[in-house]
Amino acid sequence: MEVRIALAQIAPRLGEVEANLELARDRVHAAAAEGAQLTVFPELALTGYLLSDLVPEVAMPRGDPRLAALSHEAPGMLVAIGFVEETDDHRFCNSAALLRDGELIGLHRKVYLPTYGLFDEGRFTRQGDRIRALDVGEPIGRLGLSVCEDFWHATLPMLQVQDGASLLVNIAAGPARAPGSAAGTRAIAGWHKMQDTYALLGTVAVAFCNRVGNEEGLTFWGGSRLLGADGSIVVEAPLYEEALVVGTLQTDDLRMQRYQLPLVADERLELVRRELDRIIAERAGLPLLEPMQPTEVEERKA
Amino acid sequence: MTAPSAMKEATPLPEINAAQAVDVIVGFIRGQMEQTGFEHIVVGLSGGVDSATVAFLCARAVGPGNLLGVRMPFSSSSPASETDALRVVTTLGCPTERVEITPMVEPLLEAIGPENPALNVRRGNVMARQRMIVLYDRSASFDALVAGTSNKTEMLLGYSTQHGDMACAFAPIGDLYKSQLRAVAAELGVPREILGKAPSADLWPGQTDEDELGATYDALDRLLYALVDRRWTRARCVAAGLDAALVDTVMRRVARFEYKRQTPPVAKISLRTPGIDHLYPRRRPGSRRD
Repeated sequence: MEVRIALAQIAPRLGEVEANLELARDRVHAAAAEGAQLTVFPELALTGYLLSDLVPEVAMPRGDPRLAALSHEAPGMLVAIGFVEETDDHRFCNSAALLRDGELIGLHRKVYLPTYGLFDEGRFTRQGDRIRALDVGEPIGRLGLSVCEDFWHATLPMLQVQDGASLLVNIAAGPARAPGSAAGTRAIAGWHKMQDTYALLGTVAVAFCNRVGNEEGLTFWGGSRLLGADGSIVVEAPLYEEALVVGTLQTDDLRMQRYQLPLVADERLELVRRELDRIIAERAGLPLLEPMQPTEVEERKA
Repeated sequence: MTAPSAMKEATPLPEINAAQAVDVIVGFIRGQMEQTGFEHIVVGLSGGVDSATVAFLCARAVGPGNLLGVRMPFSSSSPASETDALRVVTTLGCPTERVEITPMVEPLLEAIGPENPALNVRRGNVMARQRMIVLYDRSASFDALVAGTSNKTEMLLGYSTQHGDMACAFAPIGDLYKSQLRAVAAELGVPREILGKAPSADLWPGQTDEDELGATYDALDRLLYALVDRRWTRARCVAAGLDAALVDTVMRRVARFEYKRQTPPVAKISLRTPGIDHLYPRRRPGSRRD
């Protein structure tokens, strides 16, 4: 089977939710005309990135009809898009919504909020506390949504793969550092290497959509990409320019890839968990249970 | 003692892809214009490479017809400076004005009071601030934003006048070291005559930046790159062969002039204080003028 995926590499306007909704609607139409079954927008596509105290002004609840309406005009299409979510108990999160047929069918709240160097996200938004793969039905099956910095923590996409994801979708607002120098090229290459590595180790397709445009002194670099489960580049957007690129994944590729290279199936989750438990206990200075208790699964095996 | 070649190896200033830097800066300038709702830019042209580069960048971003280049000579300014400033406007084909600041500066210094012992510095600051007044006045008539011409080297070393040459609406070359600027200027087509000359604030005859700063821009930039961009310690700089006395001087300057790079501290009294916990992007809905 085939899955057609569009990456909408846009330049949202800072703080202007209505204008960004209009821009997103326009791209949804364009992607539908290209036959896309999934359209991916960048992080905070509906609000812009450097919000600081604009956060409460641009936030919307996950049930906001304007959000769901984005998918209304392209029947059957999945739309992944970033926005500022205000939860029922008034936590403000940098979230990715997954929409279809006028409904919110999935949500990921950014787990890792960069608060160092040029980033100050933890000052204005709260971290998510779930890492899941979301079931979206055929032909994709399960999909792992994440937001920008989440991808710099390999555990997050690898957990989504173990949770059944056949496609990782990362939405980003990556500002260029040292553009035009070797360090800048390395920074972008770092992002690409990491995506290649996830495709390779997770035997999983990767859709990465990064924004472009300027806010304050920052310039966002774009370079969105769609990778097949074998790490091949299916389609790639240019650096620094707005673009809508569309590519097709073959789901059979994933099947054979997972047969040839059964890394995901061979992962030893019980062992990983035991070691994680030990490390967490040791770091916290807690006593370990000695001897370590066999787990249910191991008992059954024995 | 480390050989000079090893020293160069230890702290190379990164090669810059000038075309890409130009694209990013032009995009930045366009973003500033769009976000503020302005279409015109005013820039002071000294005849030096910094202001020439900014003028070329702005002309590329908004078109030469929307850029006003203002030449503001003082009686002691080098005639070559004005020739070069004119070269910029002729090459770009942008409108230009000439406002001589001598008749403003001299009476001002007299009216304020007796001579300061550090007269050159005092005079230089007054000249820089007088030029700021002219630029901001012209920006109102030309319906324009004032583009800054400070580069990263002078911002870090505090080699600039507060409310003078530092005053601007946005700073296109503020993250480019002086020795990286030439590549960008060449990419833009800044005339050769301007690229080749010794950098000078031209506040008095024969003044050069490198005499005043006590080192070449090449040495200063390598050192600043190590200290600032790569976060090297003093010890590591010295071990890499950088001159210890220069390292100390530069570290002191960077620390001493921190205040010039930031807005003044506000004594917090209220519940919410601008700059402390009233934090907004400079451009947001409502900040664009109609």
